[in-house]
Amino acid sequence: MISVENISKRWGDVVALESVSLEAGRGEIHGLIGADGAGKSTLFEILVTLVRADSGRAYVGGYDVAREWRAVRQNVGYMPSAFSLYGDLTVGENLAFFARIYRQPVKRVHELVGDIWRQIEPFSSRPASKLSGGMKQKLALCCAMIHDPDVLMLDEPTTGVDPTSRSEFWEALRGLADRGKSVLVSTSYMDEAAKCDGMTLLHRGEVLDSLRPTDVEGHYRGTLYEICTPDMTLNSRLLELLREWSLCRGCYSFGDRIHLGIALEGIQTETVQSYLRAQGVETASIGVRVAVPTVEDLFIQLTSTPETESGGPEPDLA
Amino acid sequence: MNDRNIIVRRLTRRFGSFTAVDDLSFEVGRGEVFGFLGANGAGKTTAIRMLCGLLRPTSGEAEVAGYDVARKPEQVKRRIGYMSQRFSLYADLTVNENLQLFGTIYGVRRRALRERIDEMYRKLAMSDLRDQLVGDLPPGWKQKIALSAAMLHRPEVLFLDEPTGGVDPLERRRFWELILDAAGEGMTVLVTTHYLDEALYCHRTLIMADGEMKALDHPRSLMEAHGARDMDELFGRLTRGGTEEKTVAATPSADEENERKEENV
Repeated sequence: MISVENISKRWGDVVALESVSLEAGRGEIHGLIGADGAGKSTLFEILVTLVRADSGRAYVGGYDVAREWRAVRQNVGYMPSAFSLYGDLTVGENLAFFARIYRQPVKRVHELVGDIWRQIEPFSSRPASKLSGGMKQKLALCCAMIHDPDVLMLDEPTTGVDPTSRSEFWEALRGLADRGKSVLVSTSYMDEAAKCDGMTLLHRGEVLDSLRPTDVEGHYRGTLYEICTPDMTLNSRLLELLREWSLCRGCYSFGDRIHLGIALEGIQTETVQSYLRAQGVETASIGVRVAVPTVEDLFIQLTSTPETESGGPEPDLA
Repeated sequence: MNDRNIIVRRLTRRFGSFTAVDDLSFEVGRGEVFGFLGANGAGKTTAIRMLCGLLRPTSGEAEVAGYDVARKPEQVKRRIGYMSQRFSLYADLTVNENLQLFGTIYGVRRRALRERIDEMYRKLAMSDLRDQLVGDLPPGWKQKIALSAAMLHRPEVLFLDEPTGGVDPLERRRFWELILDAAGEGMTVLVTTHYLDEALYCHRTLIMADGEMKALDHPRSLMEAHGARDMDELFGRLTRGGTEEKTVAATPSADEENERKEENV
């Protein structure tokens, strides 16, 4: 339903996208995971025919985004990252407006996204600008769905939305996918990656990796260790010591714990302990165990090179 | 010297018939990183505005950096730093101009300011960026610079309102290391976030819903006490308890509008 082949795009000298490819099938939620400036919004704008790619091809719902843009627009529902409904129209008026544009009866919202609409219906007469973040996004989703598109393109729909509303929003997306819609959704919340069927990790315009959430462990190189300290006072010293260790391939704090990547397989947790002891650390109260890497660990591994580890300024400002 | 930098007693704020913050009491120590979690509309922002001396409490009291927020708001403002992802720096000024501006606004003397800015460039290894426009920087750098700008006057208490949105995971961790360093030097940090995993960087976390405190402890102790596997589960359990009607009342931001009108900036 969504097929992207080697799409590249420059804005002047700045490379926004460099040969990006991805595939998402019918009924699939595909996540575009990356930070601000990764190129997520540019890719959306190309896929919804607002911007032309410099090179590469892309098909949405079977139509070529460059040549069959009318058909693409009929088949895609798009939620840009900036709130793009009318703040001084009420919830009901916004929906009626979009229904009218697409020549759909307003009532159709019940059959298409009834479960989401019911959550905002009590606020029907409230101006859209007075809704909370989560409510605004649900309304935007209803408006994007009113013409029953096969494909949904959602650019950071959950940014700044609280955790509870975020998980409700994802439940709604899952419901749409179950009914055969293909969803391309971008997020900078790595924990949301686990809710996708497939995902593309994007960083500074390039694809770092494409995988299923269940494949994360297999894509992680080496072994990840989690180090627990009794309280966080020791952490900054441990980080410093571990980063100097020749076996260390990335070491960073993960909440109150420390994650340590080691490229070699089969290193015993005891080896980590004895390294620390050799540096004069009292290790009796320090726990070390092998951990299952998360999408964040993988993302960090893929974006860390020895140069960026040192924390110097990055020259390519996307 | 008092080792508690924030003391909140029965703090309450009403907007008309709506109670945004309901009888909140807690204390935060020097050098503590204190997480402030809650859904949109739970009352976090209202509570922070009162603690920053920007909004008068309806009842109850709060002391920040040794001063009562209602009676001595100007003293409070001088001793706190504030940073939010939404607004922090001027995009069309250079890094150096921004730092000069914020330092002067906070009344840092010229020589001290120069020393602190130099120290910051060294610490972040970013002297190359001093003449770049802030608008041209990647989000991770903007945030680190914004944080540094908020600390130039060496505040006793630092308020961070969703400071890490949109930043890549590695940058997010570096940012937290800066926060923990500052706390290590004795600064009190109160931080709100929608990344629940970040609660684990905090020494203690307060979870708010419907204007009330639902829990307050070390995040791991809270998870254990409530039998939750992770912060998501804990948060869901503690904040989803409200009745439908309550949720409806807490959701609208119409009350935030009133709040803006009543603020005494």
